[in-house]
Amino acid sequence: MSASKDTGERAPRRKRVVLADRRGTREVPRTIMELEEQNSVGEAMVTHLMKAQLRGSLVLAGVTVAVFLALPLLFWSLPDFARATVFGIHLPWLILGVLPFPFMGLIGYLSVRWAERHEREFLHMVER
Amino acid sequence: MEWNVWALGGIVVLGVATCTLALWGSRTARTTSDFLVARRWVGSERNAAAISGEYLSAASFLGIAGLVLKDGVDALWYPIGFTAGYLALMLFVAAPLRRSGAYTLPDFAEARLNSSRLRRVATVLVVVLGWLYLVPQLQAAGVTLATVTGMGYSGGVVVVAVIVFLGVLGGGVRAVTLVQAFQYWVKLFAITVPAFALCVVFLGDDALYRNGLTEPAPPVFERATTVRIETAVELRVTDPVWVRVTNGADHGVLQDGAVYVRPGVYPAHAGTELRFPAGSPVPVVADAEPSNASWARPEHGGASGLLETYSLIMATFLGTMGLPHVLVRFYTNPSGYHARRTTLFVLGMLGVFYLFPTIFGMLSRLYTPRLLVTGHTDAAVLLLPGAMLHNWVGGLLGAITAAGAFAAFLSTSFGLVMSVTGVLSSDVLPGQVRDFRVTVAVASVVPTLLALVLVERDISETVGLAFAMAASTFFPLLVLGIWWRGLTAAGAVSGLLTGSALVLSTLAPGLLLGDSTSWWAVLLRQPAVVTVPVAFLVTVLVSRATRGQVPADVSRVMLRMHAPDRLGFIRDRAVERFGQTGGADRRGRHRR
Repeated sequence: MSASKDTGERAPRRKRVVLADRRGTREVPRTIMELEEQNSVGEAMVTHLMKAQLRGSLVLAGVTVAVFLALPLLFWSLPDFARATVFGIHLPWLILGVLPFPFMGLIGYLSVRWAERHEREFLHMVER
Repeated sequence: MEWNVWALGGIVVLGVATCTLALWGSRTARTTSDFLVARRWVGSERNAAAISGEYLSAASFLGIAGLVLKDGVDALWYPIGFTAGYLALMLFVAAPLRRSGAYTLPDFAEARLNSSRLRRVATVLVVVLGWLYLVPQLQAAGVTLATVTGMGYSGGVVVVAVIVFLGVLGGGVRAVTLVQAFQYWVKLFAITVPAFALCVVFLGDDALYRNGLTEPAPPVFERATTVRIETAVELRVTDPVWVRVTNGADHGVLQDGAVYVRPGVYPAHAGTELRFPAGSPVPVVADAEPSNASWARPEHGGASGLLETYSLIMATFLGTMGLPHVLVRFYTNPSGYHARRTTLFVLGMLGVFYLFPTIFGMLSRLYTPRLLVTGHTDAAVLLLPGAMLHNWVGGLLGAITAAGAFAAFLSTSFGLVMSVTGVLSSDVLPGQVRDFRVTVAVASVVPTLLALVLVERDISETVGLAFAMAASTFFPLLVLGIWWRGLTAAGAVSGLLTGSALVLSTLAPGLLLGDSTSWWAVLLRQPAVVTVPVAFLVTVLVSRATRGQVPADVSRVMLRMHAPDRLGFIRDRAVERFGQTGGADRRGRHRR
């Protein structure tokens, strides 16, 4: 607990940055220094990344929540739909017992793809 | 109940395998950091299997099938919610949380907001939450061992508690990771193989019962059955039934002798034995669905039923990210990228598993309706194989499901004790190995005592309460902490206190009101739909009011959480606290 408190109070102005996964140490790109020093440019870039990530997550969460909140309402308001059968299996059992899992898998896959794309764009911007 | 040699054999084999793995895995555990964070050597696939193994608790393995047997299709929201919790975790928390370098929830709170007061509040809540979630696991262990061995409820609780204690003491997370990954595959095997076998039996069975699940009639005893009531219940009779009562009540309807019971609700005290002739309709405990048609149809409970469904969805979607044993495992991912990948694997692994408890629930409505009379529906998975197959195959399948159930409480209890211990040992005591072992004892003894004292309720419903608690406390802290610069320590503390106080205050009246379907009873039973938004709002409003206290280093923390791994801003707080852990993690971190 002392470690972070110390850094909060007397933050060192300059740091040596050892980069991950960069074959052969080149000169440290100036933008990364800007990020570390938290000037307006760096902060704007991080804010931009955060907004992009949050937007992507909110869209995917919104789709999921809309689908899952609509289902009970649908079953409740349309009793015939709740009684329908497909191949001898009750439709609600199929919709609630099987389909949500591949659906959530798909949303999860998309979220990884989107998040990694945003990070690539950010890296591209930083290492320009 | 008589001794079930098959099931006991399955449990012994599993117990021996678990202990062997735990000992083998602990050979190399040396330093404190080994215990706490498993050196971050663990690959995504194995880590995902370990997370799933830890997460698939007694509620998943036994509870869902029991609730499906009792409540029908509406119970399917439990597995959906248990899985969707990981989706929410992945969308909003996984990668940034890993990059923050925090190794427990209180540590995250402090890393983000620089407040030791907040850290203390979070510590208390993590411990309460861990215990709240441990109690139903141990209770389920007691019920299972009582069902298959007749050794008694408290014996089962103590046996599982001792195994968990020894396992965690022996090796810490490193061994536990191996054990958890192993237990995921045990559980998947233990649910899929019997499910397939029993489906084959069902399809080859007499067509007489095949259509029974959609008719507007109660389930039927296919042969003459004697049911012994273990704990007092209220029985609902919808179709009149002849029953022979022994050891019955002194007055009322269920007195000794042959009784013709008309439709209505009747109390039956513990010890009553009811003998039903073949083909008679099954009376069910008062809170179960009496008719098969209403059982098979979703959302016929009116608006309050809808409210309960929504509240459950909210608790499970948002509660998973606040469960302490889930978060501590994310720290064993080497980077934010791996944390995301791991979560994706977890989604797949949980999705595959959750297809199968439903099958058990449906089949047990046909083959073990006597559980509807006793109310011990959580035993459905354990008893179904023996009820469907009366030969050695049924015995073997029963042994497999018993071993799977045992794996379910072992692994979840392991994870919970580990995370409670981690929090206690790094926040309450200085982080030394010796202290760590004392803390394991504290972390496991308290819930064991609670489990011995408390009377069992439906496992999934008790666990639902833990989810409501997690969603009302740590969900606002995590999501606002990761995505909103304006969060302050005062806001976070007020949110945590408000959420936990609201959920805890529903505990006692919720138990008193029981199974009433009024709005108030529903909200007291499953309060998340109110408590989560309130806690979230309180957090935001108090943070706004204390705007001046936003920590000075908020930009640096945000940068560390959101910058891609390749830039190397990730910083492991446990390493700073407890020292280096070895060569493996020396790459990719900036030093000062």
